[in-house]
Amino acid sequence: MTRYFHDYITVAVFAGVGILLVGVALGMSAMLRPKNPSATKRQTYECGIDPVGTGFSQTHVRYYIFALLFLIFDVEAVFIFPWAIQLESLGAFALVEMVIFLVILLAGLVYAIRKGVLRWES
Amino acid sequence: MTSFLEGLFANTFWSAAIKVVAAFALLVANTLILVWFERRVVAFMQNRIGPNRAGPFGILQTLADGLKLFFKEQITPRKVELGIYLMAPMAAMVPAFLIFLVIPFGAPITIGETTVTLQGTDLNVGLLFILAMSSLAVYSIVLAGWSSGSKYPLLGGVRATAQMISYEAAMGLAIVPVVVLAAVTLGEGGVGAMSLARIVELQQGSFRWLIPGWFVFWLLPSFLIFFVSAVAETNRAPFDLVEAESEIVGGYHTEYSGIRFALFFLAEYVNMFNVSAIAVTLFLGGWLGPDLGLPSGLAWVMPIFWFFLKTYALLFVFVWLRATLPRLRYDQLMSFGWKVMIPLSIGWLVLFSVVMALNTFGWPFDVPEWFPWA
Repeated sequence: MTRYFHDYITVAVFAGVGILLVGVALGMSAMLRPKNPSATKRQTYECGIDPVGTGFSQTHVRYYIFALLFLIFDVEAVFIFPWAIQLESLGAFALVEMVIFLVILLAGLVYAIRKGVLRWES
Repeated sequence: MTSFLEGLFANTFWSAAIKVVAAFALLVANTLILVWFERRVVAFMQNRIGPNRAGPFGILQTLADGLKLFFKEQITPRKVELGIYLMAPMAAMVPAFLIFLVIPFGAPITIGETTVTLQGTDLNVGLLFILAMSSLAVYSIVLAGWSSGSKYPLLGGVRATAQMISYEAAMGLAIVPVVVLAAVTLGEGGVGAMSLARIVELQQGSFRWLIPGWFVFWLLPSFLIFFVSAVAETNRAPFDLVEAESEIVGGYHTEYSGIRFALFFLAEYVNMFNVSAIAVTLFLGGWLGPDLGLPSGLAWVMPIFWFFLKTYALLFVFVWLRATLPRLRYDQLMSFGWKVMIPLSIGWLVLFSVVMALNTFGWPFDVPEWFPWA
C-alpha cells in the first residue's frame, strides 16, 4: 500500500516540478524581455486589416454532435478495460455480452452516419 | 562511489528526486535534438541542407531559437481572456511531461543490492494514466483558441477538439487488444497487465524462430491503428488541420508569441516523442534487444540505446509523413476517423478477443501449428 501511494506521490511531485519549471521560464522571460505595447500592436490579428466584428463567433452545431458521439465511445472504455483484463476468468458469457455491446455501439455509429453527421456540403 | 549511489537509490525520497530531475533533463535535451532532427531530415528530403551553423551539424540551432524566443517581446492582444490565455501554454506542457513519467526507457540497473528502474514510476494502471493525460492535452488547445478572442484561433481550437476526440476513441480501442494479450499471457487474473514495465517484460523471448516476441507480430492491425491515430492526436501532417497555415493562419496559437508560443511548440514535440515511445513500449518490445556482448559495467547502456533507436525510427516516420503527404481536407479527416478507424479497431478487437478466448477455452477443431496465436 505504501508502494501504491509512493507511486502517486511521485506523479504529484513531477506535476509540481513541471508547473514550477514552466512558471520559472515564463517569469524569467517576463523580467528579461522588452515591454513596449501600443494600441496597434495590441489589436487582434486579422491579416493586417482592422478586425471586423467580435472574435467570439458562432461555430457549427456539428462539432457538438461529435462531442456527443465521443462521449458514448469514451464511456464504453470504462466497461471495456476491466473486461479486457478479466477476459480469462469471466469466460465465454462475458465475451458474448461484450460482442453484443460492441455491435450495438457500431449500430449507433452507423445510424449517426446515415443521419448525415459526417456530411459537410449543405 | 558505488556504495554512495546505492545508499542514494535505496532511499525512496532521494531516488524519486533523482528520477524527477533526470526525467526532466532527458525530456528537454531530447526535445532540442528532436526539433533539429526533424528540420535536418525534412531538409535532406527536399534536397536542402537545413540548419548547419550553430554547433556541430547545427545541433544547437533549437537552443538558439529558444533563446531568441525567450528574449522576444510578448504581444498580448486587448481582447484576450487574460487568465485562461496565460494558463493555456502551461496546460499544454504539464500533461506532456507527465506521460513520459510512466514509460520505461531502459532495463532495471542493479547497484550493489538495490535495483533502480529506469522509469519515473511504474504505475499499476500506467496505460489508463497515459490515456487520461493525452485527453488533457485537448484542453490546452481549446482554451488557447477560445481565450484569444480572435477568429482564427477559435476555428483552430474547435477543429482541434473535434479531431482529437475522434482519434482518441480509435486510439483507446487500439490499446485494448494489448491489454487482452498481456492479461492472458500473465495469467493470475491479469494483475499488472496495464503496467508498462510488465508489458515490456512480457515481450521477452521469441515469437517464431529468430523473430522476437514483440506484441506487434500478434497485433499488427492494432499497431497500425495506434500509429495513425497518434499522428492525428499530435496534430502532425497530414492531419495538421489545427494549424493549417493556408486556411486559418497559425490556428490556436495565432495570438501567441515569444516564450508562450515556444511552450506550445515544445509541447507538440514532447507529445510526438511520447506517442512514439508508447508505441515502442506497447508493440515493439520497449528497451528489449540483443546486448552485443558489452562488458558487464557497460551492459546497462544497450537497453537505453535500443529504446531510443526504436523511438527515433518511429519519429523518422513522423517526419517522413510530413515531407511526403499533403494535408487532408477537414471532412475527409473526420470521415476517415469515424468510418474507417473506429469500425476497424472495434472489428479487430472482437476478432482478437474471440481468438484469445477460443485459445483459452479450447478450439472446436484442430489448429495448424503455424497459426500465430496458438
